[in-house]
Amino acid sequence: MKGINPRMHLVPDLHNVQKVPSRDGYGLGLAELGKTNENVIALCCDLTDSTRTSWFSDKFPDRYFQVGVAEQNMMGIGAGLATLGKIPFVSSYAVFSPGRNWDQVRVSVCYSNLNVKIQGAHAGISVGPDGATHQALEDVASLRCLPNMVVLVPADAVQGEKATIAAGNRIGPVYVRFGREKVPVLTTKETPFEIGKADIYKEGEDVAIVAMGIMVHEALMAAEELEKEGIDAMVINCHTVKPIDVKTLADAARKTGAIVTAEEHQVYGGLGGAVAEALSTTHPVPMRYVAVMDRFGESGKPDDLFKKFGLTRHDIIKAAKEAIAAKKKR
Amino acid sequence: MTFKQTSSVAKLNLIANKIRQDIIKELAEAGSGHSAGPLGMSDIFTALYFHVMNHDPKNPEFAGRDRFILSNGHICPVWYATLANAGYFPVEELMTLRKIDSRLQGHPHYKCAPGVENTAGPLGQGISMACGIALGGKMDNKPFRVYCGLGDGEINEGQPWEAFMFAAKFKLDNLIAIIDRNRIQIDGNTEDIMPLDPLADKMKAFNWNVIEIDGNDMKAVLAAFEVAKKNKGKPTCIIANTVPGKDVSFMEHKYEWHGKPPSKDEAVKALSELTAIEAGLRKMNCEKCGKAAESCQC
Repeated sequence: MKGINPRMHLVPDLHNVQKVPSRDGYGLGLAELGKTNENVIALCCDLTDSTRTSWFSDKFPDRYFQVGVAEQNMMGIGAGLATLGKIPFVSSYAVFSPGRNWDQVRVSVCYSNLNVKIQGAHAGISVGPDGATHQALEDVASLRCLPNMVVLVPADAVQGEKATIAAGNRIGPVYVRFGREKVPVLTTKETPFEIGKADIYKEGEDVAIVAMGIMVHEALMAAEELEKEGIDAMVINCHTVKPIDVKTLADAARKTGAIVTAEEHQVYGGLGGAVAEALSTTHPVPMRYVAVMDRFGESGKPDDLFKKFGLTRHDIIKAAKEAIAAKKKR
Repeated sequence: MTFKQTSSVAKLNLIANKIRQDIIKELAEAGSGHSAGPLGMSDIFTALYFHVMNHDPKNPEFAGRDRFILSNGHICPVWYATLANAGYFPVEELMTLRKIDSRLQGHPHYKCAPGVENTAGPLGQGISMACGIALGGKMDNKPFRVYCGLGDGEINEGQPWEAFMFAAKFKLDNLIAIIDRNRIQIDGNTEDIMPLDPLADKMKAFNWNVIEIDGNDMKAVLAAFEVAKKNKGKPTCIIANTVPGKDVSFMEHKYEWHGKPPSKDEAVKALSELTAIEAGLRKMNCEKCGKAAESCQC
C-alpha cells in the first residue's frame, strides 16, 4: 500500500499481525507506572483479572484496593485519594464505570478537576456474547461533554500501554477506553503517541478516514482496498477524542475534501460528532459516519456483530465512496 | 494545635448563636438556599472548627490538617458561616453567597474558598471522598482525621452504604461521620419519605462504632467527639439528633423549611429571636473559669 507514513513506525505487514487484547496494554502500562511512581494506586470493582488491574496488584499489593461491586463509591474513593497527591487508577467495565457512576465522574472528579484516571474495559460491541447490557457504546459521548476530562481510545495493546502511561503522567482527569477481544497490533514501540495529537498513518488525497480504537486497523485495510480501485484515502488515528486535534483534522479536510469517521461507538456524540464539531467551524466538507446507528447491540461473535452492525472495512469503503460522491456534487 | 481552640461550652454556644445569625443573614441576602439543616447543624460545626479539629485558617492547606468533608452540600451556609467566623475569609463575604462571581457557590466546590475541602450537591458523594482521604492517610501513616457530615435524607441514596461497607472493610478508624438526624427532607418527614429507623442498628450492622447524641447539646457533642477520637479499629458514626431550624421558632421541626430561605421580614423575626437567645447566652458564665462567656479565654 502506498502512502504509509514512515514516521509512524507501524508494523511492516498489516496483514500479518499479532492479535492481543488492548486491555493488556492497560495492565502493562499500569505496572510500569507503579515501578516509577509510588503515588500510583489501583482500585477495582471485582473485575481485577479481566481489567488487567491484577498485573499491577500482583506487584504492588499495598497500593491496590478491592472496592467490591460499587462503582460509585470507587470513583469517590479515587477523588479523595487524589486530594492527597495520589494518582488513582479506577478500573471496571465501561458499562459500569463510567456507565453507572457518571454523576460521580462529573461532580467528584471533573468539577473538582482531580487527578483520577478511569479505565473503561470491555468497551464496544466487540465484547460479544455478553450482549447489549455489557457493550458500552456511549462512554465516549458521555465523558467528552465533561469539562476537564480527557478521552483516549488507543488503537491496540501497544498504544494502550502508552496511553495508560501518558494518562498517569498528565495532571487531571483522563478516561482510557479498552476492549476485551484480541485485536490486531498495528503500532510498535516506536510509533509516536501524544495526548491531543491525531496521527496520520497513511497519506491520501481523495478522502480522509478518521478512526479510533480497533477501527484504525480496519480503516487501513479499507484504504488498501480503495487503492485497488484508484481511490487514495488518508487514514488518521484519532486516539484522543478530547481534546481533539482540530488542526490535523482541518488540514485533512482541506486536502481531501471528504471525511469518513469510523468508531465502535454510537453514532451520536462519539468520534463522528467530535470530528463534525471540529470541522463545522474550520473547514466543513461532506462527511459520512461508520458507527453503531442509534441502536443497542446484541449477543454474538465479535466478527458477526461487526458485520451485522456495519463496522467492517466494507462499510468504511462504502462510506468513503459516498463521501467522495458528495464532494463531487458540490 | 495550630488554631486557638475553645474549650468553654458557654463560649461555644455563643459562637454557634453567632453562626446561626450569619446563616439567616446570608440566606436572606441570597434569596434562595436551605435554612433548616444549617441552623440544626450549627452546634456540630462550631464544635468541629472551634474545639475538635486540628486546622489553621491562616494556612488552610497544611498537609497534616484534619479534613472536614461535607457530603450533604446543600447545608453549606453553615459551613461557610463557620469558616468565616473561624477566620478563613471575611464574614462580610457571606453576603455574596449564590451571587455572580462569588467564591461561595450555592453548593460547595472544591477549593472555591479557603477551607472548602470537597465538591458536593448530588447526594452521597462526600462520604466516598472522605473514605478515600482516610484511606490515603492510613497508607502514609498520617495522624490526621477525616470528619464527614451527612444528612439523614441523603442516605436514601445507595452510595453512602457502599462507602459504609468500604470504611468498615479497611478499618478506617481515622474517619468520623456525623449523620444529621433531623428527620426531615424536602418532601416531608424522613420516616414518611423513606424510613431509616432503626438507624443506629443499621450502622452497627455495617460494623461501625456508633454514638447517638442530642446534636444541639454542646456538652454532649464535645463528649461524643472525645469518644470517637479514642475509638480504634472501626470507623465511627455520630448520629446527631438535631432540631431542624433550631432556635428560630417558626422553622423548628418544619420540613417546609428544608429548602427555602427566609424572606427579609422573616429574617428580621428570626434575628430578633436569635439575638434574644444571644442575650441570655451572654449572661452565662464559663463553666471552667467562671468569667462571662464572651470574655473567657478557655
